[in-house]
Amino acid sequence: MLYAVLGLVLGIGLGIYLPVFPQVYSKLVAVAFMASLDAGFGGLRAVKEGTYDSSVFISGFFANGIFAVFLCYFGMRLGIDLYYVALLAFGLRIFNNIAIIRRLFMKK
Amino acid sequence: MIHCKDKKEKFFMFLVFFVLGGMISTQFRSAEFARTNINQQRAEDLVEKVKIAEKENKTLQERIKKMEKAGVGAGDPKAQQALKVRAGEVALEGPGVVVTLNDSKVQAKSGEDPNLYIIHDDDILRILNELRAAGAEALALNDERILDISEIRCAGPTVSINNTRFSPPYVISAIGDPKNLESALRLRGGVVETLKFWGISVEVEQKKKLLVPAYKRARHYEFAKPKEDA
Repeated sequence: MLYAVLGLVLGIGLGIYLPVFPQVYSKLVAVAFMASLDAGFGGLRAVKEGTYDSSVFISGFFANGIFAVFLCYFGMRLGIDLYYVALLAFGLRIFNNIAIIRRLFMKK
Repeated sequence: MIHCKDKKEKFFMFLVFFVLGGMISTQFRSAEFARTNINQQRAEDLVEKVKIAEKENKTLQERIKKMEKAGVGAGDPKAQQALKVRAGEVALEGPGVVVTLNDSKVQAKSGEDPNLYIIHDDDILRILNELRAAGAEALALNDERILDISEIRCAGPTVSINNTRFSPPYVISAIGDPKNLESALRLRGGVVETLKFWGISVEVEQKKKLLVPAYKRARHYEFAKPKEDA
């Protein structure tokens, strides 16, 4: 847990000094962001359910993020707004996970 | 909560949240950047458009000059020049006054109409009227020539003259007898006194030489036609 918080703080600190992404790619970052947020909530849910497996969590985090960006990039090339699809899918999942996490919290 | 079993796992956990944190802050900053940048981009676009229009204007002006030299617009060039002066198509020079108007720095008290403390189209109209009455021969506001066909009207927070919008400070230049013009404005109970009452800053400056630019637009007579037997 300590490592997680440390990583988050350091990451935010680093991000402040990184150059801003060009406008064209900000959509890709947004999608990656949603994917990782989704992975984060998914992990929390798994912890609450007692089915947490760190290798699943870590691989899911990176694989989802990278694949979402890849899909989005492909969509941009093909002129299909897969960006919205990814956002919608991840958004739905995030809300779903939050609802389940809330219920699990209330059960205690 | 989460118990990390070994070093490798700890490292990955760190990495995951490191990446997440980095994405949060860069995304936040790029969104912020985009918000401030749209305006800038638009401004740049507009500047570019103005530049192109000015260039076009210049080439057209040169063409007019060339054609005039070639004697297209028949007749005596001197008479033509006199007509152009009357039509306001020539920049004029001469002694006169420069009147600078700016909004009041006095804050309206609560319950008072703040409109009283800002310059309106009719304030400008009254000043121009006074200048005309005092014999001003050429008038301009913020380098926009004011002719008989120029409108001066309220356009939200700005004033529209010759379909161009201006915002304070308003600088009115008038060519005429400087003394006459200034004393007409400074009459007791006159325009300047009334405006100063509301805290609107009015500066009248006599000038030995000032420039009133030419009218830049074209005049059209769509409805008015010269009377046939005139």
